[in-house]
Amino acid sequence: MLEFSILLPAILNGLTTGAIYALIALGLTLIYGVLHIINFAHGSLLMLALYGVFFLHSLFGVDPYLALPIAALALFAVGYGLQRFVIGHASHGKDENILLVTLGLSVIIENLALYLWRSDTRTIETPYSFEVIDFGVAFIAVPKAIAFIGALLVAALLWLLMTRTDLGRAIRALARERQGARLVGINVEHIFAMSFGIGCACLGIAACLLLPSFYVSPQVGHAFVLVAFTVVVLGGMGSFVGALLGGLIIGVTESLGGLFLGESLGQLGIFLIFIIVLLFRPNGLLGQRV
Amino acid sequence: MTVERSRFRVSRRRFLAGTAIGAAAGVSGFPAILKAQPKTIKVGILHPVTGPIAPSGQQCRLGARLAIETINANGGIASMGGAKLEPIYADAQSKPDVGVAEVEKLNEAGVSAIVGPFASGIALATTQAAAKHGIPHIVDVGVVDQVVTRGLTNTFRFGPGLSKIVDTALQNLVALNDQAGKPAKTVMIVHEESAFGAGMAKTLNERLPGMGFEVLETISHANPTRDFNNIALKIKGRNPDLLIPSNYYNEFVLLARTLRQQKIRPKAIYAILGGAASQYRFVQEFPDAAEFIMDCNHWFDPRNPVALELKKKVEAEKAFFSYEVFLNHECVRLLADALERAASADRGAITQALAASGWSNHFMPYGPTKFVNGQNEGAAPVNTQVLQKDIKVIFPKDFANAKPVFPAPKA
Repeated sequence: MLEFSILLPAILNGLTTGAIYALIALGLTLIYGVLHIINFAHGSLLMLALYGVFFLHSLFGVDPYLALPIAALALFAVGYGLQRFVIGHASHGKDENILLVTLGLSVIIENLALYLWRSDTRTIETPYSFEVIDFGVAFIAVPKAIAFIGALLVAALLWLLMTRTDLGRAIRALARERQGARLVGINVEHIFAMSFGIGCACLGIAACLLLPSFYVSPQVGHAFVLVAFTVVVLGGMGSFVGALLGGLIIGVTESLGGLFLGESLGQLGIFLIFIIVLLFRPNGLLGQRV
Repeated sequence: MTVERSRFRVSRRRFLAGTAIGAAAGVSGFPAILKAQPKTIKVGILHPVTGPIAPSGQQCRLGARLAIETINANGGIASMGGAKLEPIYADAQSKPDVGVAEVEKLNEAGVSAIVGPFASGIALATTQAAAKHGIPHIVDVGVVDQVVTRGLTNTFRFGPGLSKIVDTALQNLVALNDQAGKPAKTVMIVHEESAFGAGMAKTLNERLPGMGFEVLETISHANPTRDFNNIALKIKGRNPDLLIPSNYYNEFVLLARTLRQQKIRPKAIYAILGGAASQYRFVQEFPDAAEFIMDCNHWFDPRNPVALELKKKVEAEKAFFSYEVFLNHECVRLLADALERAASADRGAITQALAASGWSNHFMPYGPTKFVNGQNEGAAPVNTQVLQKDIKVIFPKDFANAKPVFPAPKA
């Protein structure tokens, strides 16, 4: 009944969505890997970034792709500031406190957005929103293709940063052994905040790649944060390659789920995977044993 | 302690400011008491002006506002000494429960009647809430049949209900197909999952097979949906002769654009109450995606000068002349006619006047109003098709200004 000519475009479509999931999950997994906390404010920060890109476009006419460096820097600054001056201080060194602080932050940010911008769903129109690239077997929308390539590039850059730079080495050292890192002269508070900032910068980039083919509303983060958690669990907590792989798998699962089960049930497969992974491979595909 | 003390201390400056405000209130308050103005009639204008279906709700509000402005400019309600209509705008935020809360607020504000609330799901809730307080509720669109079949005596729907629209649409579809030598045999339905779309899909699934059409698949989607690629792929795979979409504006536009993008063109896209299929905005912004789409929908009598004048007025406000605008405009005028005959702002008197309404001065292709169980019996939809970047009427023949193009040429 379903031919190859439908299956293949659906898979390609899923891969492009999956790349965005991966990008969001990369930020989450970086923060988890270093700080050992789950950042519940991740979705709200993505929502803030989307609003930022939306207003840059609607008020100043800045193209979302040109807004990329601005959004990345702004979100980095927000993330760095949040960790250094809010989360770090409020946690008093206890992980369970950090959890509550990020949860509280997400509630505050979301309701502030609801108050300021109401619950309207907003979109932007760009000349390329509905342009397509013809692959012969499938048409892929230009913004989705750009998002896919962009997400892979960012993942590669992040990997280089982690393996080839002093900052990356410091982050990895901190992830392994907090006390030891401090002993060899690493500024722990600064590196914590840097990790949080970089994790958030990923959200800024994701927002720029997402908005031309998506929408923004104060609740938009929910759709992504649950999926991003699943991606992180699937790929393995703290694993970069795992997050990328997990994102792509989840994207394709969602797309095929939508095709076979109907749009409203498309996400069913994602949570099925989530439960199965937790049951049979709790460390994820590429996660290390704890 | 110091904080506590300073809070209760009245400074000279604050005292002066306080007395100034008091004086201003007194001055502005007095003339109203001294000079007897004709009192105003409060009318609740309730629509979803925020949330996913806000674009439609805002159009609704525009239509109601323009009608109220015109009525007031022409001297208000003559039988009540020229009393003006005072709109009290309320926002249902695209949610039935919020709609109910807004009815409660409008009741507190003392409205004589409510006009709204566009969506069927919201209408089911608000008519019931209004009935509790005996507020007459004119339903502008809200097409599902249950809006008028629950025995609510306060509810009056000016436009046609879903059964009537579907009847007309299917009759015209069969006629269209027969005329062209029956090229269409298979159908796919894409609908939004709230009361309107789901109700439509159910009715179509029951009735299409008996009319010689095979329903290949029925697909529902959420509001908002921002990606129709999967649905487009399914349509491509099934390759139906006809596609019948039932959804609100944003989703309809996105679906049509995605089909165009994926180069999918069935023999006809035949919308029934298509969210955008007979909307000037859609035709103007995306002429390529809109071309040849047919719709069975609310439409004005294109020969009526009042309608054409209103169209100009709406376009002068940089808005589009859509069914939301003209239906609400006419619903407010229907209320004004009832007020004129009731000569009272009393809710019960207005309800009686509406029930006995025989208003023929409107610009819809309906004939004089006649309410049976709250439904205006003469109300009927027409068929339109987007042809050469314009919306033409193709059925019924009395109003038609173009011949249908069916099947649509291949993309």
